[in-house]
This record gives sequence, structure tokens and C-alpha cells, in this order.
Amino acid sequence: MITTTLYSLTGLILFGMGFHTLIIHSHPLRKILAVNVMGTGVFLILVATAYVPLGQGDIDPVPHAMVLTGIVVSVSVTALALILACRVQETSNLALLKRRNQRKETKETRA
Amino acid sequence: MKTGTEIMGKIRNRHKRRDAFQLLFLILVFFLMALLGTIFSTIPVNNPGLASAVASLQTESGVESPVTAVLLNFRGYDTLLEVMVLLLAVIGVWSLIKAPAPDPETEISPVQMGVVRLLAPVMCLVAAYLVWQGSHLAGGAFQGGAILGAAGVLLLVSELPWLRTVPASVLRFGLVLGPLCFIGTALGCLFLGGELLAYPEGTAGWLILFIETACALSIGLTLALLFAGGRPHENVSRGDIP
Amino acid sequence: MTYSILTLFDIILVATLLWLGWRLLSSEDIFKAVVLFISFGLLMALAWVRMRAPDVALAEAALGAGLTGPLFLAALRRMNRSHKGERRLDIDENRDGDHGKNSEPT
Repeated sequence: MITTTLYSLTGLILFGMGFHTLIIHSHPLRKILAVNVMGTGVFLILVATAYVPLGQGDIDPVPHAMVLTGIVVSVSVTALALILACRVQETSNLALLKRRNQRKETKETRA
Repeated sequence: MKTGTEIMGKIRNRHKRRDAFQLLFLILVFFLMALLGTIFSTIPVNNPGLASAVASLQTESGVESPVTAVLLNFRGYDTLLEVMVLLLAVIGVWSLIKAPAPDPETEISPVQMGVVRLLAPVMCLVAAYLVWQGSHLAGGAFQGGAILGAAGVLLLVSELPWLRTVPASVLRFGLVLGPLCFIGTALGCLFLGGELLAYPEGTAGWLILFIETACALSIGLTLALLFAGGRPHENVSRGDIP
Repeated sequence: MTYSILTLFDIILVATLLWLGWRLLSSEDIFKAVVLFISFGLLMALAWVRMRAPDVALAEAALGAGLTGPLFLAALRRMNRSHKGERRLDIDENRDGDHGKNSEPT
């Protein structure tokens, strides 16, 4: 019982930390990492709920199968998101540089 | 000078606004956590779940491992769609970007080549063993496929020259092999037994092994291609945008 | 006896997981965050074994740690190549500019 509570709480905190990072930070890779951590928290809660201590009966295999499916799907989603992030970076590259140069120019003219 | 102080004030305001937003968001996240924790605490503790239901049908499922039975027999539909998700991910990646050209300057050290030469066959062996083991212990198509994918990543990292010469049609065929076998089996069951993925009696074990082997190969290839990151270079047919 | 030892193990594992999660989400260097994420995945595999889910543990060790990490590293390299290492640190551009202006004497 205490094990289930402990690990579920951990999953909950991981979910919260991931969500916080997802909104606050701006770097795309960090956002994808945060989504992964959030997913791990959810999986942890699912598996912890199905946990039964050794010698007190069988473990419910359905959540395990769901988590297995979830892990594989999260990896493929991560791969797609990373490629999208690369693409965004490549295309938004010029705009960012231009803005930086402009800022530098205004600073110099002020000085 | 006045403009300078104005700008400084604006910046300070922006900082203040940003900090206020962060604090507000932190409080909101705490509320969300408290809410989720309260909801979670209302879940009944000694929930029997579906363990007994799965155990009672274990002998009919054709495999001894309960997780594999759930994945490929009781909830085979889920797994079929999951394999489709993997295929969709590769299609998405391939339609977005081209694989980066290999860097001609990188030199692979002979130590790494030796390690790859030693490890790659062992990893293939472990993957095959995991797929086989899936019927009675922990293991299965996804674990085996993941090991195969890791072996593919190892080969890609060491930039073996023959990897670039594999024709794209072979890759495409490998990608759809698993899903095709899965769908073929499902449709065959539909015509023979009247239900999707209702394996005929006595053949469940072999059919599951067949599906798992095909899916493990496809999953391994899928993961390795996701790492390669983009569609392979090939001759563009007429009408395509190069 | 075994109960207390297992609980101790649980607490240490959970504390390590939370600490790693916090470090990887808040570190300024993305590369460091990715490496921490790989170790986080490996420790998660340990947690799955503790939860009596060996199937999930195998998948996590191979996928979560073994494949997601290289995927992130490859993406990082790709981004750096197009940006010449400029954007590896996770400092967003506004804050970057603000700091520059703050340090400047007016």
C-alpha cells in the first residue's frame, strides 16, 4: 500500500514538473523533454495502481500492456516532434538572426 | 537620457510581468496537482482489476505470458493500431525532411568498428531471443524490435558505407511488412471465424509468434529510420517536387 | 526486515528519480539535460522492475533510455549544425537581450 502511494505520488510530481517546464521554458527540445517526463509520470501512476506486493496475488497485466503501448507511441511521437522542431529551427533561423542584428544596431546607435 | 530611463523602466516592467506570470502559473500548477491528488485518492484501494479474468482465459490465449496475451490476443486491436502509429510517424518524418548527408570529415575509429562488428550480431540474437521469450516470460515484439532498432542506430552512428546504398524500395517494404502481416492475419480471422483477430482454436500460439516476428522486424527498422531522420536520397520520379 | 529495506530502497529510488527529473528540467545546458534524461530512463527501468513489470522495464531500458536519448542527441546536433552552436544554451532571446541592456551603463 505504501509502495503504491509513494510511486503514485512520484508520478504525480513528475507530471506537474513536466507540465510546468512545458509552459515556462521556450526551447523546443526542452518542451519535448518535458512532455516525455509528463508521460513517464502518467505511466508510473498506471503501473503503481496495478502493483500488488509479492505473494499477495497476481498483477493485473492490462495496465502493463497499456503502458508498453504508451512507451512505444511516446517514442515515435518524440521522434516526429524532434524532426518538426529541427524544421522550425531551420526555417525560423533567418528571422531570429535578423532580429538580433537589429537589436545590436539600435544599441550601437544609442551608444 | 530620458529615453534610456524609459527603456529601463519598460524592461523592468516586462521582467516584473514575466515573474508575476510565472508565480501565477506555479500556483495554478499546484492547484492542479492538489486536484489530481484528491481525485487519485478516491480510487478504491484493493481494486481486483482484470487479473483474474486474464488468468481464467490464459490457457485459451495460446501463450503463457499474461502481458503478451493481453497485447496480442485480448486487445490485439490496440496493438494493430499502435503498429500503424509507428508507420505514420515514419511517413510524417519522411514527408518533412531529407536525411542529412553524411559528414565526409568524420573518421570512425577502428575500436568503434570492432565493437560494432562484435555487438551487432549479438544484438540481433538477443532481439530474436526476446521475441521468442515473449510467449512465456517478459519480452515480445516491442522489446525485440527496440533492440533491433538500437542495433540499427549503432550501424548508423558508425556510418557504414553500404547503409547508404540500400534502395528505398527495400526500406519501404520492410516498414510495411509487420503491419501487412498483422492486417492479413486479422482479415484472415475475419473471414474464417467471423471476427477480427479471433484466432482459430489451437493456432493462436503460432499466429502470435508469426505476427510478433514480422512486427519486431518492422519496428526495429522503423526506429532505426526514425533515428536516421528523414527520407533517403533516391531518384525523384516525374511529377514529384524535388 | 525485508519490508523496511524495500521501503528504504523505494524512498531512495523515488528521491533520485525526482531529483534527476528536476535537474533535467531546470539545467541550462540542453546537452546535459539529455544525458540526465538517459539516466532518468535507466532508473525508471529499475522502478518498473520494482513494480513487478519486467516487460515494461525491458521496453523502457531499450526504448526510453537507448533510443530516445540518441534521437535527442541527433536532433541537437542537427540544430547546432544549422546554428553553429549558438543556441545550445537554453536562454531565450528576450532575456538574453535584456541582460545585455541591463549590464550596459545608461
